[in-house]
Amino acid sequence: MEKIERRQFIKLGLFSTAGILVGSFFAFAKTEKDIEVNSYEDLLKFDWGYIVDTTRCIGCGSCVRACKVENEVPEGYFRTWVERFEITKDETVYVDSPKGAIEGFNRDNAQTAEIVKAFFVPKLCNHCYDAPCIQVCPVGASYRSPDKVVLVDKEHCVGCGYCVQACPYGVRYINEEKGVADKCTLCYHRIQKGLAPACVNSCPRNARIYGNLKDPNSEINKVLHQRRYGLLKPDLGTNPKCFYIGLDKEVK
Amino acid sequence: MDTLSNYIFPNEFHITWTVMIVLYPYITGMVAGAFIVSSFYHVFNMEKLKTVARFALVSSLAFLLFATVPLLNHLGRPERAFYIMMTPNFSSAMSGFGFIYSFYMIIVVLEIWLSYRVEIIDKYNKSNGIVKFIYLVVLLGNANDNENTRRFDKRLVIALASFGIPVACILHGYVGFLFGSIKANPWWSTPLMFIIFIFSAIVSGLAVLIFLYQFVHWMRKRSIDQDCLDLMAKWLWGFMIIAVTLELMEVLSISYENTERWAILRQLIDGKLKLSYVYLQIGLFSIVPFIMLTITSLSKMKNTKVKNLTIWIASVMLLLQVLFMRWNVVIGGQLVSKSMRGFTEYFPGLWDKEGLIVSFLIILVPFVLLYLFDKVFPFFGEKSH
Repeated sequence: MEKIERRQFIKLGLFSTAGILVGSFFAFAKTEKDIEVNSYEDLLKFDWGYIVDTTRCIGCGSCVRACKVENEVPEGYFRTWVERFEITKDETVYVDSPKGAIEGFNRDNAQTAEIVKAFFVPKLCNHCYDAPCIQVCPVGASYRSPDKVVLVDKEHCVGCGYCVQACPYGVRYINEEKGVADKCTLCYHRIQKGLAPACVNSCPRNARIYGNLKDPNSEINKVLHQRRYGLLKPDLGTNPKCFYIGLDKEVK
Repeated sequence: MDTLSNYIFPNEFHITWTVMIVLYPYITGMVAGAFIVSSFYHVFNMEKLKTVARFALVSSLAFLLFATVPLLNHLGRPERAFYIMMTPNFSSAMSGFGFIYSFYMIIVVLEIWLSYRVEIIDKYNKSNGIVKFIYLVVLLGNANDNENTRRFDKRLVIALASFGIPVACILHGYVGFLFGSIKANPWWSTPLMFIIFIFSAIVSGLAVLIFLYQFVHWMRKRSIDQDCLDLMAKWLWGFMIIAVTLELMEVLSISYENTERWAILRQLIDGKLKLSYVYLQIGLFSIVPFIMLTITSLSKMKNTKVKNLTIWIASVMLLLQVLFMRWNVVIGGQLVSKSMRGFTEYFPGLWDKEGLIVSFLIILVPFVLLYLFDKVFPFFGEKSH
């Protein structure tokens, strides 16, 4: 009698342990399903591109402010900024971007001369197809995501600054607090959820357009098929993915 | 069209690579240069250089040991430094650093070990107790010393030294390539850069050996091996001519091509770098030592005291020339905005983490190390001789 009881006790113990194991497996499996992660195959369907319509930008600086808040960009550094170009009658070019235009612009640049042409140019990471920053990263911390966004692995970056040197557009900086390289991510955390990047979202003039270059019906492709556009420093062979509508030759 | 506003991109107000990155190529330059001098004796049988051959080799190691210090001080995350060897991205010019550096370190340490083996065995035989045991460990348990082992060691040294020359060139040439391959930077991007770096490395290596050799002998009031010094001074003269010519040819070809980048580089040379490049690197520290070394190399100066002093001053000036060259390349290149419309500012603070005091200490430590090494194994024979 006593023997049977012991056997039953062991049986009960085994079954309950197995039950907890199986149950917890399902429980953990379920929480994994709850996290929204796009599969690698899903990501391959995207190739994120960006359009800056310089003819529409009014230099309000909303994008710079939105980016700063959304991405906690450290003081004195910028993931996006706006440049003002003023060309006078005697063909002198005045360029400025006070504090990256985070507070917009004042009428204080070319006051004495007669301005014949003026425009604003927002700048951000070009997410190049042949990004020199990825090429030069000694540890592979700068990489291209499957949906073709140039990102930095902050857990792996050693903070050597070689990528900052290699970027021809000056969009990278060393985050002094974290000791690693930092740059525009195209608000990767937002575009994964189907939300627009903060700068696109905040632009009151629709001067910034983002979208999937692999989708022939996307807005970005429609605009690129209709408008004439330029690239920044195309001679360097970086193949940038940021397309500038109405690009002036003075913009570098 | 003219640009009046000095426009730089908003991320360019602070330069990324500080004076620490000036020191790194400066120190590795002396490493590679000193090693090549020791190889002149071992491989090319220049008997006159025997006096400084081992000294050159140990100097090379002393600088090599501290070459990474400025880099580690500069890294944003120094605790991740070994990622460069654990997860190298081979498309990066920088990823080879850990491997080339370690490989070169092995060659130099082995060569020193083999060329000092006889001395270590001698110390081992004369010492007792724990010191004897330490020497036995350094000897890897083998205290055999006879004609055969010496011949074998010598052969190994020659093999290592011959192998070390291309590795030294790679170690330093690749530092030049690291800068020269950055197409985003108009002041760096030139295929000449790595050749310039190799030659300036040899100049700094020869200059530091002449500087130290004479300094030590003056301090100890000992006679100088005139043949050895004359030969080193002549080599220094020759290599400085090549190095400075290459440096000038680079600027000449950029200016003659007269592309867009010359528009901004002309302003750089005529503005921010006027003092450190035009007046100091080229004017004072290239032309003056060139004249001095031309005189000591070509004329038959009977007064060796004046001659040696001239050589010594020229070597100090060339050491400064190479330091300014590194500064003008590393810092000068970063002063140019990638907007091609303006320049940023930089001068290291005195007490900063990457400031002047720390730089001075980093430069000083290899010399202290050499002094300590000399206490154990005197470079130029015992003092009593």
